[in-house]
Amino acid sequence: MSVKIVGRRPVVHIALLVTVIAGLLFAAGLFDGAFAQAAPFGAPRSQAPAPLVGGVLGWIFAKQAEFYRQFSSLLRAAKTDGSAAWTLFGLSFLYGIFHAAGPGHGKAVISSYIVANNETWTRGVVLSFASALMQALVAVVLVGMAAAVLNATAATMGRAVNVIEIVSYSLIIVIGVRLLWVKGRAFMALLHMLHRPAAVGAAVTPRDHDHAHHGHAHHGHAHHHHEHDHHHDHDHDHHHGEDHAHHHHAHEEEASAWGHAHAPEPEELAGPGGWKRGLSAVLAVGLRPCSGAILVLVFALAQGLFWAGVASTFVMGIGTAITVALIASIAVGARAWAQHFADARSGYGMLAMRGIEVGAAVVIIAFGALLLTGYMVTERMVGI
Amino acid sequence: MIHRLFSYALAAFAGLVIAPAAAQAHPHIWVTVKSEVVYGPDGTVTGVRHAWTFDDMFSVFATQGIESKKKGEFTREELAPLAEVNVTSLKEYDFFTYAKANGKKVEFNDPLADYYLDFNPKDTVLTLYFTLPVKAPVKAKDLTLEVYDREFFVDFSFAEKDPVKLVGAPAHCKLSIGRPQEMGAALSQQLSQLGADQRDPSLTIGSEFANKIAVKCP
Repeated sequence: MSVKIVGRRPVVHIALLVTVIAGLLFAAGLFDGAFAQAAPFGAPRSQAPAPLVGGVLGWIFAKQAEFYRQFSSLLRAAKTDGSAAWTLFGLSFLYGIFHAAGPGHGKAVISSYIVANNETWTRGVVLSFASALMQALVAVVLVGMAAAVLNATAATMGRAVNVIEIVSYSLIIVIGVRLLWVKGRAFMALLHMLHRPAAVGAAVTPRDHDHAHHGHAHHGHAHHHHEHDHHHDHDHDHHHGEDHAHHHHAHEEEASAWGHAHAPEPEELAGPGGWKRGLSAVLAVGLRPCSGAILVLVFALAQGLFWAGVASTFVMGIGTAITVALIASIAVGARAWAQHFADARSGYGMLAMRGIEVGAAVVIIAFGALLLTGYMVTERMVGI
Repeated sequence: MIHRLFSYALAAFAGLVIAPAAAQAHPHIWVTVKSEVVYGPDGTVTGVRHAWTFDDMFSVFATQGIESKKKGEFTREELAPLAEVNVTSLKEYDFFTYAKANGKKVEFNDPLADYYLDFNPKDTVLTLYFTLPVKAPVKAKDLTLEVYDREFFVDFSFAEKDPVKLVGAPAHCKLSIGRPQEMGAALSQQLSQLGADQRDPSLTIGSEFANKIAVKCP
């Protein structure tokens, strides 16, 4: 509210900042791709040895490998000893929690999606659980159909997973592009609007002229102020030209409250249709089954304990969901935090928020594209 | 000031979204390696013979759906197509085998046609046997051989017992085996002396964790 002079510079600054950040996000995605240049089937491999994952991540990886390695012996033991099954489920749960901290499992996509769409915490948690449990379900259905019913080979299952991957990654790109379209337009609309006072200034346009009488006649009256808000859509320009100083306050509030009317309101995005869109994110992320779960299921099937494999897979899914939900919660919190500063900055704060949303949409597209081209490998399907 | 706060917020967001992606996959396949270094009559290194035993989970997965006369058992013939797929696809990964003779990289040709897979029904594990011929046999005073996956998707480790044999090597050649865990302490100390953003080109971290064979024939 305190911003009186709407200069050109802050706009340029923020626009620049947002561009730089979006670029950085994208570059970081590419950089990761280069690092994780696993590219199992076809893409070039870097000559340098893979960087060692140290510290906390290294510990996480060591732990999950440790849990994972016990699955086969526990499944064997479960044939005669019921308590081994319980140990298996316990370890599956821990494995899920640790495993989701690694690549895959759509944390990045879900988190970016939440940031871009200004989703609530509840919705973030629901999205995380739905996508993780869907991953488990897909693994169970895939192995159940392919291995248990059709007695398909590992190679066939690998091909099925490949097809699923392509669909999943394409869906991620589609979601990202849709978000970029919506958020990009909102960003441009807001940028345009914020630019206007400085750019147009007192210049008289034909539209101004049309409404000149109206605005001029009632200028300064509290009662008509209200009316002016109603007419906002058409006499917006005019107000800037003529009543800049007087009506500045009203204008500011408008700007901080979602800018120009062309951008979709956040309530609109979080409305009933929002769930439908959320479903698309769940579908995109949840389609891709986890390789670890597929191996466990096939092994359990061979031991004649398919049910134990199914239970283990779902328990893993719950563990995964907890980690993803945690990361999604951080995303929600980070956005709320940024919003806090954005509110203080009114118009330009809004612009920055829109910029963050655009950046998040770009990240989703980048992830989808890198995954689709096999440049970034989340989790190679087994089949050396 | 506000600008700076914004950049922090954005950076935090970027880190949040990007960082997990940088992480690498943990291994899904464990391989126990037994290798033979084969020498020609003239004392040159001519090839490496591998016997790789896969973990039971992967072995069961890999043999899923393969037709066999006896349930739960597979003959070499029944596994022949799988062996072919494995050997063919390994080419893309340089057979996970990296050798240096007198400090120079040794190039390998495609595996000989005598490769095969064996199935051990008791432990339900597969073992892949194959021979990598050296492109240009070389007299190596100093030979190192490493088996590892750069991406750590496959976790290779040498067998506890008799991991490496020298076949037809000159009598004075000496074999030594380095295991990943034995390098742990020394390497971590080296690493701890480096700053977070420092790179020491003399450290090839990935390969330090590999299984390393050294053969010295002075």
